[in-house]
Amino acid sequence: MNLSSNPLTFQELILRLQAFWAERGCVLQQPYDVEVGAGTMSPETFLRVLGPKSYRVAYVQPSRRPADGRYGENPNRLFKHMQLQVILKPPPVNVQQLYLESLSAIGIDLRQHDIKFEEDNWEAPTLSAWGVGWQVMLDGLEITQFTYFQQCGGVDLFPISVELTYGLERIGAFLQDVDSIYDIVWARDPETGSVVKYGDVRLADEQQFSVYNFELADVAKAWKHFELYEAECKSLLEQDAELSKDQSPRPGSPENGETRTGHPGDRVRFPLLAAYDLCLKCSHLFNILDARGAISVTERVGVIARVRGLAVGIAKAWVDQQKQKQQENDGAVVPEKSDGSEPSREKKPKARKQTLSPVG
Amino acid sequence: MPDFLLEIGCEEIPARMIEAASRELRERVSALLSRERLSGSAVEAFDSPRRLAVMAHGIAASQADVTEQIIGPSVSDAYKDGQPTPPAHHFAKKAGVDVTQLKKINTPKGEYLAANITKKGRSAGEILCEALPKELSKIYWPKNMYWQKPNERFVRPVRWLVAMLDSEAIPLEFDGIRAGKTSRGHRNLSDSEVTIPRAGVAYVDSLRAARVLGRAEREHQIRKALDAATRTVPGARWREDAALLDTVVNLTEFPSAILGSFDPQFLALPEEVLVTVMRDHQKYFAVEDASGKLAPYFLAVLNTDSDPQGLIRHGNERVLRARFNDARFFWETDQKKSLLERLELLKHVTFQKDLGSYFDKTQRVQRLCSWLSEILKQGGITVRPGVIHKAACLSKTDLTTELVKEFTELQGIVGGLYARVQQLDPTLPEATRFAIADATYDHYKPESTDDDVPRSMEGAVLSIGDKADTIAGMFALGLVPSGSKDPFALRRQANAIVKVIAEKKLSLRLDELMRDARSGYKGSEAEKKFIGEEKYSHSVSTFFRERLEFYLKDVCGYPYDVVKAVLGADAEDVVDAVQRAEAVRQVLHMQEFQAIGAACKRMRNILRQAAEKGIEPAAKFEYLPESADEEKTLMAYMGTAGVTVEGHRSKKEYLDALRLLSTAREPVDRFFDKVMVMVEDQRVRSNRLALLRTLLKEFSTIADFSEIVTEGKA
Repeated sequence: MNLSSNPLTFQELILRLQAFWAERGCVLQQPYDVEVGAGTMSPETFLRVLGPKSYRVAYVQPSRRPADGRYGENPNRLFKHMQLQVILKPPPVNVQQLYLESLSAIGIDLRQHDIKFEEDNWEAPTLSAWGVGWQVMLDGLEITQFTYFQQCGGVDLFPISVELTYGLERIGAFLQDVDSIYDIVWARDPETGSVVKYGDVRLADEQQFSVYNFELADVAKAWKHFELYEAECKSLLEQDAELSKDQSPRPGSPENGETRTGHPGDRVRFPLLAAYDLCLKCSHLFNILDARGAISVTERVGVIARVRGLAVGIAKAWVDQQKQKQQENDGAVVPEKSDGSEPSREKKPKARKQTLSPVG
Repeated sequence: MPDFLLEIGCEEIPARMIEAASRELRERVSALLSRERLSGSAVEAFDSPRRLAVMAHGIAASQADVTEQIIGPSVSDAYKDGQPTPPAHHFAKKAGVDVTQLKKINTPKGEYLAANITKKGRSAGEILCEALPKELSKIYWPKNMYWQKPNERFVRPVRWLVAMLDSEAIPLEFDGIRAGKTSRGHRNLSDSEVTIPRAGVAYVDSLRAARVLGRAEREHQIRKALDAATRTVPGARWREDAALLDTVVNLTEFPSAILGSFDPQFLALPEEVLVTVMRDHQKYFAVEDASGKLAPYFLAVLNTDSDPQGLIRHGNERVLRARFNDARFFWETDQKKSLLERLELLKHVTFQKDLGSYFDKTQRVQRLCSWLSEILKQGGITVRPGVIHKAACLSKTDLTTELVKEFTELQGIVGGLYARVQQLDPTLPEATRFAIADATYDHYKPESTDDDVPRSMEGAVLSIGDKADTIAGMFALGLVPSGSKDPFALRRQANAIVKVIAEKKLSLRLDELMRDARSGYKGSEAEKKFIGEEKYSHSVSTFFRERLEFYLKDVCGYPYDVVKAVLGADAEDVVDAVQRAEAVRQVLHMQEFQAIGAACKRMRNILRQAAEKGIEPAAKFEYLPESADEEKTLMAYMGTAGVTVEGHRSKKEYLDALRLLSTAREPVDRFFDKVMVMVEDQRVRSNRLALLRTLLKEFSTIADFSEIVTEGKA
C-alpha cells in the first residue's frame, strides 16, 4: 500500500491491530473503566498474568498521567495517551516474529525501514512488578515496549507473560507523517472524505485536565479520597484474610469439609476485583497529588509504599483465590493434586505441579 | 582434528552486555577443551545482537587414552605359600587383568601389587554435549530472565542452537533447545533460516551471505559508511565517539548509515543539549563543520543495508525534530521561572529518604562551602564569597527544570546554562554572574578519573562541598559501599574529591573536611539515625584512604610500596601525600634508603617487642655516662641533621629532607652493629629505646620506610 497518499486513520490503526491479534487467539477486551496510569494496571494484565492459566488478550487502554499534561500545547506530550496492550501468556516461541507481522498488518514494509530491539527493562514500583525486554525502535522512533514479565504484585510468575504495548499516537503520527499528535487524522468519512482529527476529539481533555490536575484539584479532598479508598481496600483485604483462615484446614484436624466454617463458596466470590479498583483509585489520586506538588519529600516514598502494599496484598489473595476456585472446580477430591490446569480456549501443555518457585 | 562450532541463537542481547559475554563464552570453551585434553590450535569468538558463537579449530576428535598404574594389596597379603590370595584375585578382577599379569612394585611402605589400566578417552562430541550446557548456564549477565522454567535463565530467550564438529551436528541441549545445523540470518535482509555446512570459516561465510557480519567487520563497515555519508557535506566531519560506536556495533548485524539534517534554527539551543539528544537518546553521531562547530546534520547507523527511498532518513529526521522541539519547549518553559524562584521547589525534591530534600542539602552545601573557603584562605587561596555562595545556592535548582527532568545527564550543565542567560540579581556584575554559571555548570565534575576537574576555584569548592555532604550523610547513616554494592556511587564521588584537591593543589585535610561535612547535619531529623561519631570517622577515613591509595597508584602511577609508605605517615592531606610520594619515588633507588628501610623495620620490631614486655622508653633521650660512642654519634647526628631535616620538611622540601636523611644511614648502621639496645641496665635501655623512638618518628614523618620493599634481603 502506498503510505504517503493513503495512510491509516487512527481508528483504522486500532482496528487493524485488534483484528491482527484477534486472529491470533486474543480476547478483545474493552478499555478498563477506572483511571489507570498504564495498560499494565488494568486487571486484564495485572491479575491475569498471575497464576497458571493461559490467556491471550488485546485491548486499547487510555492511560492517564496527570504530571505529563501540557495543557494541549506540546505536540508530543499528553496527559492521557492511548496504548494498545497485548498479553500473551505464556509467550509463544515466535513472539518477536508475530510482533513484526503486526507491523506489516498496519502497512509498515519492514524491508523499507530500520527496526531495532534495544534493551529496556520495565519496572513499576507501585505494583511491585518488573520484567525485561526492549523498546522497539522504528527509524529512530520508539513505537512499542516489549516486556517479558518476571514478577507482578511481588509474586514470581509461572508461566510468564509477554506484554506488547504499542504507543498508538506515536505510530499514528509516524504513519501519517505529521509532527503534532493533534494533527493525526482520527477518522475519515468514506463518502465526503472529511476528516476528524485527534485534536478535535481530545484537545479539550488535555486542556481541562491539565488545569484541574495542576491547578484546581483540591488537595485536602484528594487526600481524603485517597484515605477513604485505601481504608476500604484494606478492610476488604482483612475480611478476605479472615475467610481464608476459616477455610483452611485447622492444625491437627483432618482435612475435610466438616472442619470448615462459613460457606465454602464465600472465598471464591470474595470481591478482590473491587479491592483492586480501590487500589487503582489510590494510585490515580497519588498521581494527582503528585502533579499538584502536594506530596512532601517525607511523604512520597511512604505513599508509594502504601499503594504497593495494597497491590501486593491483592495479588497474593488473588493467587490463593484462583487456587481455591480450581480446587472446587476439580471437585476437591484430592485438592493437593490441583495444578491449576483446566480446559481453556486453546490447547496448552499440562501446567507443572510446581506453580511458583522463588527466583533470585 | 575436527573444527568445533557452537552458536547460541538468542533474541536481541542488550548491546552493553554482548562483548563481555562473548569473551566469557570463549574463555569457558577454551578452558573446557584444555581441561578435557581436547585443545586445538585456536578458539575464536563471533557475536552479534542475536548470537554468541565460538569456533575452535583442530580440536582432538577424542581424548587420548590414558594408562595409569593402580596399586593393590601388599605382596605379603597377596600371596600365601606362593599362591595368590583372595585379595590378589579381587584386585586383578578390579584392574581387569589376569592375576598372573599383576606386577610387583617397591613403595616406601614395602612391596605391593600393581597393575596398569588403560582408560579409554571419550569422544569430543560426548564430552561437549555433557559439559557445555553447564558452562552456558554459568555465563554472567548483569540482568537475566526465565521464560520457560524458572531455573533456566539466560539474558533473553534462547531460540536456536548450532553445535557442530566439522560437518556433523552434535546433540547438545540447552534450555530445552536441541542443537542442529540451522542458524538464522539477518531479520529483514535474508530468508530467515541458514544451514551451516561445516564448522570453521564456512560458518562465517554462510552468515555473511545471510547478511550477518562479525564485530570487526561491522565496525569497519560503520566507519566507512559514516565517512561516505559525511563526505556529501563539504568540509564536514563526524564526531568520533568510542562509546557510541561500540553501542551501534552491538545493535546491528548488517550496518549502514544515513546522513540526516535538522533545521539550523535549532542551533540556537546550547550544543550540550543538542548533542545529548542526538547521542544519548537517538544514538546519532554529531557532525561538525571545518571550524569544529556543530553543523545541522546527524548520522544514524541502521541495521539494514540501504534506504533507497529515503524513508528511514525522513523518519529519523521527524523524530529528531520532535525531540529538538521538545527541548526548545522545555528551554522556553523553564525560563518562566528563574533558578532563584526554583529554590523553594527543591523542598519537594528528595535527596535521600533519611537525609531530607535538596533544599536541605543546598543549605548544608552552602555552609560547607563557606567553611571550605575559610580553610583555603588560610592557605592563601582566594574563593570569591559572592560567587561560591550564590553558586552553591543555585547548584541544585536545575533539578526542577523540565530540561533536566527530560535529560538527567545534563544536571549541573543546565543550571549553568540558565544562570548565564538569566538575570540572577540586577546588582551583580556580568563577570560575577558568569563565574556563578561556570561553577554551577562544572560542579558534577570530574565524573570519572579521566574527566577534567572544574575550571574555576569556586567550581572546585562546590564540587567538593556537594560530594562531601553526600558521602558524610550516607556514611553517617551506615550506608557504606561494600564490594560491588555502591548504589550512590560514593566511590566515584570520593575519587572526584581526591582528584580535585590534588589537581587544584588545595591545602585541605580529608578528616577535617568530612568532620565538618557531618556537622552540617546537626539538629536535623536525619541525625537521629546516625551512627556514633567515632565509628563514622573511622569508616570515612578508611574509605578515603583507599580512594587516595587508588589515586596515587592507579591515576598517578606510583609503585605500591611507595604509596603504602607515604600513606603510612599520613593519609589526610592529599596534596602533601602526592608531594611526598614524588620525593620518595625519586630517592627510592638509593642504596641508603634500602638500608634505612631495613633499619626502620628493625627499630619498629625492637620497640614493639619492648612494648609487649611492658618496657617503656624514657620520655626523652639524653647523654648518659654509660652511652656508647656510636650511640653518642647518633644522638649528635640527630641534634644537627635532625634540625635541618625538620627545616626542609616544614617547608615541604621533601626531596631535600630525604636526601639529608639518607646520610643517617652510616650512624644508624654503626649503632646497630655495635650497640645492644635491650641491655640489663634499665636506665640505659630506656634511654636507647627513646632514641630509637625519636629516630623512627623522624624518619616516618615523610613516609613509613618500613613499608618499602627492599631488593634482595629484607
